[in-house]
Amino acid sequence: MSSSPAFLNGAKRWLLVGIVLAAVVSMFSGQFNRYHLGVIVDIGINIILAVSLNLINGHTGQFSLGHAGFMAVGGYTAAKISLVVSPMLPPALQPLLFLGALIAGGLLAALAGFGVGVPSLRLKGDYLAIVTLGFGEIIRVIVQNMEAVGAASGLKGIPKYTTLGWTFGLAAVTIYFVTSLVNSTYGRGFIAVSDDEVAASSMGINPVRYKVTAFVTGAFFAGIAGGLYAHHKQFLSPTGFDFLKSIDIVVMVILGGMGRTAGVVVAAILLTLLPEVLRQFSEYRMIIYSLLIIILMMARPQGLFTWNRKKGAA
Amino acid sequence: MLEVKDLEVSYGSIKALHGVSLNVPQGSIVTLIGANGAGKSTTLRAISGLIKTRSGSVTYSGEDITNQPAHKIVAKHLCHVPEGRMVFANLTVAENLRMGAYLRNDKAGIAADMDYAFTIFPRLKERINQAAGTMSGGEQQMLAIARALMSQPKCLMLDEPSLGIAPILVRAIFDQIVAINKERGLTILLVEQNANLALGISHHGYVLETGRVILEDSAAALLKNPQVRAAYLGD
Repeated sequence: MSSSPAFLNGAKRWLLVGIVLAAVVSMFSGQFNRYHLGVIVDIGINIILAVSLNLINGHTGQFSLGHAGFMAVGGYTAAKISLVVSPMLPPALQPLLFLGALIAGGLLAALAGFGVGVPSLRLKGDYLAIVTLGFGEIIRVIVQNMEAVGAASGLKGIPKYTTLGWTFGLAAVTIYFVTSLVNSTYGRGFIAVSDDEVAASSMGINPVRYKVTAFVTGAFFAGIAGGLYAHHKQFLSPTGFDFLKSIDIVVMVILGGMGRTAGVVVAAILLTLLPEVLRQFSEYRMIIYSLLIIILMMARPQGLFTWNRKKGAA
Repeated sequence: MLEVKDLEVSYGSIKALHGVSLNVPQGSIVTLIGANGAGKSTTLRAISGLIKTRSGSVTYSGEDITNQPAHKIVAKHLCHVPEGRMVFANLTVAENLRMGAYLRNDKAGIAADMDYAFTIFPRLKERINQAAGTMSGGEQQMLAIARALMSQPKCLMLDEPSLGIAPILVRAIFDQIVAINKERGLTILLVEQNANLALGISHHGYVLETGRVILEDSAAALLKNPQVRAAYLGD
């Protein structure tokens, strides 16, 4: 019908805005001090994480608590590739290496997503949440014991490839991909599966394929985010990928309004900035942070940004 | 057109169907009546692939479709409107209908079928951009039937279309079920608790009791049958 090209335009507009924004911000990146620059990159990474989790938890109605696990798979893979390959390459080829490492991390994370997606076919709600939580912890424990990636003491000396341009460019790609996927005729199936699986299958929709697609796609972008994170912090430690990290991302999705991409992006920005703004309260910081989240959830249980609720879920 | 032979289904260790056999000839309306828990819905769910059968067979248009996954059976134009309506609450009426046409690519045909849906259920047209979850039960049932029609079924299975709906809307829905059968030549397998209503529009009927067919006859004969009258028609 006539609405689908308009949706595509919407998604393309996002992509354009994102890339222009990334370019503009990159031009001024010299002006920022290291701390501010770091926070802005964190925002971009969290946007990728939240938007990709939103595909699984929001649009498809699954409940994954394993996003940090996918992020870890992508982060460690990309970091290891860079560490091994970068000494052999001239500086001019480093961006290419970075892109390759990110994609490799994304693909391996997607493979892990497939592995988690398959049990999800038999499980729902709380049970699925527990399985994905377990998966995330398994990844963390494996990494903690793997000498090749530094085990418990972490992986050090990762080259600093992540820039503002990379981060926001990829965030724009993520948003573009997820929105156009969900708003395509094919993608309506995600919403149908989350609304009612029985009705969806009596329409000829294969719920199995949609759930696995959601997990694989979501995990891929989480893996990319992990790669960006690794080349941003230049240091990876297993404790950075515990389930609290997964919960942080889930909170962004819930606060943004399940299945609302725009809301989730804003929530990712807000929830990344909030702990930084609260630094002046030193030891009370996390208490205030938690309180604010409780207040926000009580005030807007349907998500912060649900006024743009129009056709379906955007 | 649709033939079920010795169908057995279990939920865990509890047997729900003990060898149900039925035959739905092309172009007819066949109804399954029976009390709660008799296995009416289970029979439909087993035919449409939503649950696995233990033994027995389902043949549709000469093809064995026993235990095929639900989404593949829909593609063969055998469509199930599940009990409790199950519309996509967060999607609008128009989007629900388009979802029904999920397996189709012919834009003109989809538009024509959507118009047909609005002709038989004009209320849906009034609410075209309303989220389906905000409509009344009767309107949701209309939408569920219209959505099923969007998949171009040759055989339609309706599970309790009168459940929890205002009597005036029930009448409207049943009138349209008859119209769909006559105008489009659709074969219909109907499951109903309201035996009077269902037998009134059907050609043939089966009476189910605790997972077995205990009686089978033309709908007119069943309506006169003293056993049926006493048990299901409140005489």
